[in-house]
Amino acid sequence: MAALLEVKNLGISFGGLRAVDDFDVSIKKGQLYGLIGPNGAGKTTVFNLLTGVYKPSEGIIKLDGVNITGLKTIEINKAGIARTFQNIRLFKELTVLDNVKAGLHNHYKYSTVEGILRLPGYFKTEKAMNERAMELLKVFELDEEANLLASNLPYGKQRKLEIARALATEPKLLLLDEPAAGMNPNETIELMNTIRFVRDNFDMTILLIEHDMKLVSGICEELTVLNFGRILAQGETSAVLNDPQVITAYLGE
Amino acid sequence: MKKLCISKNLKDNIITYGIVILAYIIVQIMVSTGNMSSLMQGLLVPLCVYVILAVSLNLTVGILGELSLGHAGFMCVGAFTGAFFSKCMEDVITIGLLRFILAILIGGISAAVIGFLIGMPVLRLKGDYLAIVTLAFGEIIKNIVNVLYIGKDSNGLHISMKDSLSLGLEPDGQVIINGAQGITGTPKDSTFTIGVILIIITLIIVLNLIHSRDGRAIMAIRDNLIAAESIGINITKYKLMAFSISASLAGIAGVLYSHNLNSLMATPKNFGYNMSIMILVFVVLGGIGNIRGSIIAAVVLTLLPELLRGLSNYRMLIYAIVLIVMMLFNWSPKLVELRKRFSPRRLINRTREVQ
Repeated sequence: MAALLEVKNLGISFGGLRAVDDFDVSIKKGQLYGLIGPNGAGKTTVFNLLTGVYKPSEGIIKLDGVNITGLKTIEINKAGIARTFQNIRLFKELTVLDNVKAGLHNHYKYSTVEGILRLPGYFKTEKAMNERAMELLKVFELDEEANLLASNLPYGKQRKLEIARALATEPKLLLLDEPAAGMNPNETIELMNTIRFVRDNFDMTILLIEHDMKLVSGICEELTVLNFGRILAQGETSAVLNDPQVITAYLGE
Repeated sequence: MKKLCISKNLKDNIITYGIVILAYIIVQIMVSTGNMSSLMQGLLVPLCVYVILAVSLNLTVGILGELSLGHAGFMCVGAFTGAFFSKCMEDVITIGLLRFILAILIGGISAAVIGFLIGMPVLRLKGDYLAIVTLAFGEIIKNIVNVLYIGKDSNGLHISMKDSLSLGLEPDGQVIINGAQGITGTPKDSTFTIGVILIIITLIIVLNLIHSRDGRAIMAIRDNLIAAESIGINITKYKLMAFSISASLAGIAGVLYSHNLNSLMATPKNFGYNMSIMILVFVVLGGIGNIRGSIIAAVVLTLLPELLRGLSNYRMLIYAIVLIVMMLFNWSPKLVELRKRFSPRRLINRTREVQ
């Protein structure tokens, strides 16, 4: 099968610091791919490069055969990459429903004039948006909380809402930045099921950063290990996790 | 559940419109029964002006989440273009109302254009920096208007930035904008009724915008810029949209203001930063992002100095105390909690439980 995401020789420097160097990865459609590494290894930087927050100093990023290197964040989202954040970034003063509807922004359109004058297009599109957003919320068992402010949700549900919002943009590739951070073991298991469910039901390709080894070994099919901005190991999960180099990087000599 | 949410918004909006219409009816009854002093009657149009300004600034400060201190500048643009148009067209369009409606449109559009042009560079800044630069632009607009001379004669329009003589007008010419002396003899087209209609139009625009796709995008940018970008919302477009709409509504307020005065001058008092700050005070005290609060704060704080006129020396003291009390009432966490406990809805529920 052809690769959905093809990254070649990606690199970026901040001043004298080489944050990511010579990063290659190839993710197939429908794959659950993990990106791991010790703190400060450059994992989030890779996400920021993939989503256009930073412009790469060199390298090529191809999504579904299309070169998206150096595009702006908005364009990359339109091309089909959506992400969540390590420190949750929800629209706190909006309701849960509106958070997802904001994610639907580029897929359900009506003009400003239609919105202000409340022409039929407004009601029709808003209704369709509500239905689609509720569908997504139901998947994440958030439909009961649809009218709460996002900031009033408990932590675990805020994480879920972020995933729901990212999925609302109808991406081809979903990037999850430490989805299990701050979760207790039960919540983590629930999250693993959700991630699998998303992959199967939305035909999604998922790349995730994670520290929780149970989650990584539980759901990721392939892994890339980063250390000091360079690739330390790459390949099937079980092989990578038993690699003596990886064990040294994580546990020390 | 979903239905409930929409109808709650709708209910909120209806209450806001209801308050405006009710106030209008009460004022009309008071005027027709002769229960209102001429002083108060003179305040009615300025009151509408301030309400529109407060609501429009709330779009920038509360909904877009950017602090703008140049709102009086956009009002100034609207006031002068509107008055200029009316003065030029006084003999051509004799139907007062039609001329005024056109003046309002022109004032609003020109303020929107200026808002767009200023917004392009300014909205790249954030927080305090944005506030300072908008403050400067507001002053620049006022000062440009102060040295602007425009005259009209049989050859057409003449513009100068020096003095009225350098316009080189024919003997039949007429100076319309006379520098620091501004525009005199603008037709007095503003009435309280038109003012209230404009308030309602402003409310329709702002409230419907907030509860639409564009409003959601604007509030998403306010709440988290990086996340908004990551889900494909065009930051520049929506920032500029909110800022221009806000500016254009301020321009409309300016047209209303200028058509209530015999001589329109750009002084620090009416178009300077004092005015911008005063509008901001309405917004902050009414509650940032709370449209209905802006209306109430604008009305209370405009009427108060006049109502307290009898107390002469203590007038500004009481005004200041009311400002502080309002601020505490709206923002102090303890009082907010107390207010929730004693809100009418809650009391009704409790009496029901007792029964």
